[in-house]
Amino acid sequence: MPRELTQNRIQKIWMSSKGDRPAVPRRGGGPHLANPPTVIVMVGLPARGKTYMSKKLTRYLNWIGMPTKVFNVGEYRREAVKNYSSYDFFKPDNENALKIRQQCALAALRDVKSYLTDEGGQVAVFDATNTTRERREMILHFGSENGFKIFFIESVCDDPSVIASNIMEVKVSCPDYQDCNKTDAMLDFQKRIECYKASYQPLDPDQYDRDLSFIKVIDVGRRFLANRIQDHIQSKIVYYLMNIHVQPRAIYLCRHGESTDNLQGRLGGDAGLSPRGKKFAAALARFVEEQQLKDLKVWTSQLCRSIQTAEDLGVPYEQWKALNEIDAGVCEEMTYDEVKEKFPEEFDLRDQDKYYYRYPAGESYQDLVQRVEPVIMELERQENVLVVCHQAVMRCLLAYFLDKSADEMPYLKCPLHTVLKLTPVAYGCKVESISLNVEAVNTHRDRPEEVKKGPGTLLRRNSVTPLTSPESNIKKPRIDDLDDASIQEVPASGLCSPAHLALAGQNLRRSSAGRHDVLQPCQ
Amino acid sequence: MALTIDTSTEQKTLTQTALLKIWVPWMGYNMNRRRGSSVPQFCNSPTMLVMVGLPARGKTYISKKLTRYLNWIGVPTKMFNVGQYRREAVQIYKNFEFFKPDNEEAMRIRKACAAAALKDVAAYFTREKGQVAVFDATNTTRERRAVIISFAKERGYKVFFVESICDDPDIIAENIKQVKFGSPDYMDRDTDEAMQDFIQRIECYKATYVPIDDEKDRNLSYIKIFNVGSRYLVNRVQDHIQSRIVYYLMNIHVTPRSIYLSRHGESELNLLGRIGGDSGLSPRGQKYANALATFIKSQKISDLKVWTSHMKRTIQTAEAVGIQYEQWKALNEIDAGVCEELTYEEIQENFPEEFALRDQDKYRYRYPKGESYEDLVHRLEPVIMELERQENVLVVCHQAVMRCLLAYFLDKPADELPYLRCPLHTVLKLTPVAYGCKVEPCFLNIEAVNTHRERPVNVDVDRDPEDALLTVPDHI
Repeated sequence: MPRELTQNRIQKIWMSSKGDRPAVPRRGGGPHLANPPTVIVMVGLPARGKTYMSKKLTRYLNWIGMPTKVFNVGEYRREAVKNYSSYDFFKPDNENALKIRQQCALAALRDVKSYLTDEGGQVAVFDATNTTRERREMILHFGSENGFKIFFIESVCDDPSVIASNIMEVKVSCPDYQDCNKTDAMLDFQKRIECYKASYQPLDPDQYDRDLSFIKVIDVGRRFLANRIQDHIQSKIVYYLMNIHVQPRAIYLCRHGESTDNLQGRLGGDAGLSPRGKKFAAALARFVEEQQLKDLKVWTSQLCRSIQTAEDLGVPYEQWKALNEIDAGVCEEMTYDEVKEKFPEEFDLRDQDKYYYRYPAGESYQDLVQRVEPVIMELERQENVLVVCHQAVMRCLLAYFLDKSADEMPYLKCPLHTVLKLTPVAYGCKVESISLNVEAVNTHRDRPEEVKKGPGTLLRRNSVTPLTSPESNIKKPRIDDLDDASIQEVPASGLCSPAHLALAGQNLRRSSAGRHDVLQPCQ
Repeated sequence: MALTIDTSTEQKTLTQTALLKIWVPWMGYNMNRRRGSSVPQFCNSPTMLVMVGLPARGKTYISKKLTRYLNWIGVPTKMFNVGQYRREAVQIYKNFEFFKPDNEEAMRIRKACAAAALKDVAAYFTREKGQVAVFDATNTTRERRAVIISFAKERGYKVFFVESICDDPDIIAENIKQVKFGSPDYMDRDTDEAMQDFIQRIECYKATYVPIDDEKDRNLSYIKIFNVGSRYLVNRVQDHIQSRIVYYLMNIHVTPRSIYLSRHGESELNLLGRIGGDSGLSPRGQKYANALATFIKSQKISDLKVWTSHMKRTIQTAEAVGIQYEQWKALNEIDAGVCEELTYEEIQENFPEEFALRDQDKYRYRYPKGESYEDLVHRLEPVIMELERQENVLVVCHQAVMRCLLAYFLDKPADELPYLRCPLHTVLKLTPVAYGCKVEPCFLNIEAVNTHRERPVNVDVDRDPEDALLTVPDHI
């Protein structure tokens, strides 16, 4: 019996049209990446970079399409105990505090469970010190009760200068210390660390913990110990952790100079620079020199306009095919008007869902993310880099660095002749937009006002649907049975059923203008 | 000729090289620094991968596998097995006494062999433009490792150690059975005798074995592999290639399994002799899909994963098999750019020069607005990585893609890759065995067109059309 296949209109993915035979789980692009859900459990003394790694990992996993969320127990504690007074709270003999801390951990775990079972999450990052075996046993028990895989990430570091620097970078300015001066904050925090040290039981790969799956990150990545990596996602996490570093550096993203195709409003193609584009190349060279960077790497795509732009810099550059502009397939080299005229239906479909939409015989933003992932991995390894690329590609890269969702990505503003300078700072990335003052056409098409949502099914491909790392603690922890009257009970505000999950027949819920979080609280 | 963008006189002229379709500032620009045209080259100084471990710990297995992988992704790599040098020097192996630590004569020979191997490593880097040399020997003493480190330092080579530690007697016995009995050293012995001798050999090394020390050697770059991958200790990864090597080592395993490679069933475009496109199966192609389903059932494979591309013809084929499948865009057929859906005759007529260039260097040749085999390899690398992680997998893909995957498993070099035979309606069953891969082709007895085009004798751009089309297979 020949199987009838139809190609879904937005993603151009072939699927069996016979409803009776759902032999196929509708997952393209990659293997089952994280079935069952995984809880990543951070382990380590304070100021060891646990939250830094949690946030970065979460951003990366969401970008590659793995719904991930951080659950920071410290935040639950700050909700429960409105005012932080001093490190005394963390003393091992402070029974009242211990109770609260335990409750916070439990509340966070409850939310983890809810995220992974009811909200479509695949990975939950449990960000806390988790320094005792007792606490970790509890988590392991929680995992096995619910069918979650548990993967520990322990950060071990004894270098006092690294620790002091961490404290300065993220602790002295944290809510706990908002009314303190820096010196006092530093002192208090160090005493806080001492409170934990006495009871700290590191993971023991030789005996006690030899059957657990974990990675120990030692001295900010100088050394790693990986034990019993179970599956694809753990392997990718380990690879990612081994490639990131904390050296200060800057990443410069820009597009090629204006091209002759840009002037005509044509998509794609492989045209050279227009006269203004060449001016930009010269201006870029001056800009780079002014930055006085040590050891700048320059990357381009393999398209002429990007290379022409880099040629003027007078430094060696590397060409990446992976940085080529999105392939517009049959629409290559057409203007938007020509596309509208020749392929009106395609034109509409693209506006309906620009992220998932794949040009006929071309690519989608979703495909781009997968293509560009090795570039991101190498950017993490490198230090100062200038990437001369293209509009759609730059949007993908920017979405990774700025934690933008799939929904927002295709509408990020990446104008010609403007350099974006990204500098890692604290838990995120600072962006400076620098226009080099050379006129150019505008190639940005805003999201159309009225987007008719078709009833089409969207196939959720695990490997490539970036989501913004969800805001933590949109709702407050439900902490019961506590004596302290200052703690308010907050009703559980269940998050909507996940907008990003596309089981057959479910419509993608879209947020309108503003913050395009995929998960939004229902009112 | 090559496309030229003539910009203004102040600007450099960029030209696109004819074969690789790479834009360069001027023709003759030295691109030799970089081999892979899709991805930047990340190896600057040559790197020595130095194996460490007692005999039968999988060092040669890892060396060969790593060498195969690195070569496939385009990093010129060569293995130097000191045991082979020893077999050259000492023609006949008597018994384990050769390896006794107090056997001075033998010690001299062994040291000389290691030195000869190092000399060849240097020659490989300087004369043969190698990038990675895998130094496969026990290297179990600090002294020997110090020699290697200073050798590398003198010449500016990076050193990365790979130590394999295993104390599970079952694994070791299995290793000995798998690869040692068949070694030239034990050709004329019976297996019990060989086993006993080899165990004694291991004991000789044990006495002087000093593993890499996490304290004393903390400034070295290394990975320790414990018990065939249940644990890894990674220290001071210096660069991209070492990071890739670590990632690879952490993904491979030795659990027995089979990989089945097959193309989609014959497609409508295949019948017409047209390349590329996204057509559906022909009636015979559909027959194949059903035959494949039967074949797979007969293999009684536990927990089989099925992967297809995003193209209709592979999906239709997999649908018949009736097992959940995953679609990988990375498995899509090579993009023939402007030549998509043309017959070879039409390509010859419309793009005779391109057609000839392709015959000149089929591996590196990139279709205008399309891809090359070299691009394909880079595209497929995540598939290979995941194949290494998996166990039983059936991959339903396409001719060029299957050639790339096959070249990886069978260690075929770039110039053979584009001419590997991957006929329609034939499943290749690959089973890892000893240091390599056993291949069993299974033709499922459904007729199909031949899509294999041999390299013609005349590859000149000025050749006659008849010469160009000589090897084109028959079609409608």
